Amino acid sequence: MKWIRALFARSTPVSSSMSEKGMLLYPSTGEVIRAESILRAAGIDIAVKGPPPNLRQGCDMVIEFPLVHELRISEILEAASLSPLRVVVVQDHLLEPVSLFHSKDFGDFLMVRAANMKITVDKHSHTIVNISGGGCPDVPYLAHMLVGKTLDQAPEPRSLGQTLCGYALQLAFQEVRRLCRG
Amino acid sequence: MSWLIVGTVPEKNVPLLWNTYTLQGEYLRIDNLQIPVNRGTPALLAAMFLAGQVLGLEPVQTVLAGDIGTGEGSRAIYDALASDTDHCPRGVTFHYLMPDIQGHNAVLWNLEKRSPVPLLVADAGFMYAAKMSGFATHYDLFTPDAGEMAFLADEKAPHPFYTRGFLLQEEERVPELIHAAYAQENAARHLLVKGATDSVVAHGSLVAHITQPSTPTMEPIGGTGDTLTGLVSALLASGTPMIQACHCAALANRYLGVLAKPTPATSVVELLPFLPQALEHALRTAPAYDVSAT
Repeated sequence: MKWIRALFARSTPVSSSMSEKGMLLYPSTGEVIRAESILRAAGIDIAVKGPPPNLRQGCDMVIEFPLVHELRISEILEAASLSPLRVVVVQDHLLEPVSLFHSKDFGDFLMVRAANMKITVDKHSHTIVNISGGGCPDVPYLAHMLVGKTLDQAPEPRSLGQTLCGYALQLAFQEVRRLCRG
Repeated sequence: MSWLIVGTVPEKNVPLLWNTYTLQGEYLRIDNLQIPVNRGTPALLAAMFLAGQVLGLEPVQTVLAGDIGTGEGSRAIYDALASDTDHCPRGVTFHYLMPDIQGHNAVLWNLEKRSPVPLLVADAGFMYAAKMSGFATHYDLFTPDAGEMAFLADEKAPHPFYTRGFLLQEEERVPELIHAAYAQENAARHLLVKGATDSVVAHGSLVAHITQPSTPTMEPIGGTGDTLTGLVSALLASGTPMIQACHCAALANRYLGVLAKPTPATSVVELLPFLPQALEHALRTAPAYDVSAT
């Protein structure tokens, strides 16, 4: 009977565990933000996502990339002294960041929210007048650095931010800039 | 020791501080350091100080460190609280800290060795860590906004940045989100959900809706959630029962808006001079609750 069981065992379809995606792991979100900027500037198709549960520490994200580009990515990151801690093949569905925006018109002011972060600008001068929301410790720092500056003068939040709240603020910043420029 | 406020300051070079503090004009003064009250934990501390004067509180202690997002200051705070055996506060309010599950767990377990265990209030980054740790039910109060309520309701989201669904119209869906958060044990025993409608929740049941007075221009102002957390912490430190404290704090924060008449460009520092009057008015007008309901 063994040969019959062996026959069925062989005929069972082999599930493919091969993935076309890999992820770059860094010790901090700030490094992910910098690596993302460099890889995007190099024209590589990447996405920022949430790590799988077994790799979560609290305020994390990873860079998902096509494995076919692994060598090129490694070279680019090494040249920028931003080599990842680890490169892992994606085995499971990764969490998608929030991608919808909510805007609110206050007459002379426009507020845009991305995830848990809000940015408000004067519609005429394009001055950032308030930043609210969030819970990570770079939020008050980012607010201090951005409030009072125009959208053109202000540093991009991703150039200073180190956390997921900072990243969400970058998305809100880009959206409010798009809306203000019409 | 009455109450302990734990959070960070948005500056690089502020060392770990553990002491009482005062508010002088637009600055906090602690250990000969002057820290501007712009937003974040300094705004919470300023609100608590002013509310404490109205309520006759003894000086409140704070654990602070500088952190601009690198997590260094937060780690120093986690380490200090996880190893502390000297202090036994009546309550602790956790605020802007880098979410760190291991750090959170070490701090919580150390505090739970105290007898009695302090009242535990969590907001901002520490609330994110508390939810992700799986120990949310060990807390007495969370103070989320509607977006953070969606995060608590999403059992898979490790941070509001990854919250699935509920992305729009969260305000209308707050009762549904509250139900989901409690069903998955991702909520504290009480919630004060802040927004156009403030909701007070006890053990999963909605016990108060506060919609008036309404000042929509408070929403864009960074720090108005921090003043609310400062107000409720001060009321709890004064011995006010939980539901009463939540309702009164929500009302006081709303009166703050009425008195200050802000625009979306107003800063939280400009609101603070109105806080004592706002709290006094709320103390006179907040409804009384049956203490056994808390």
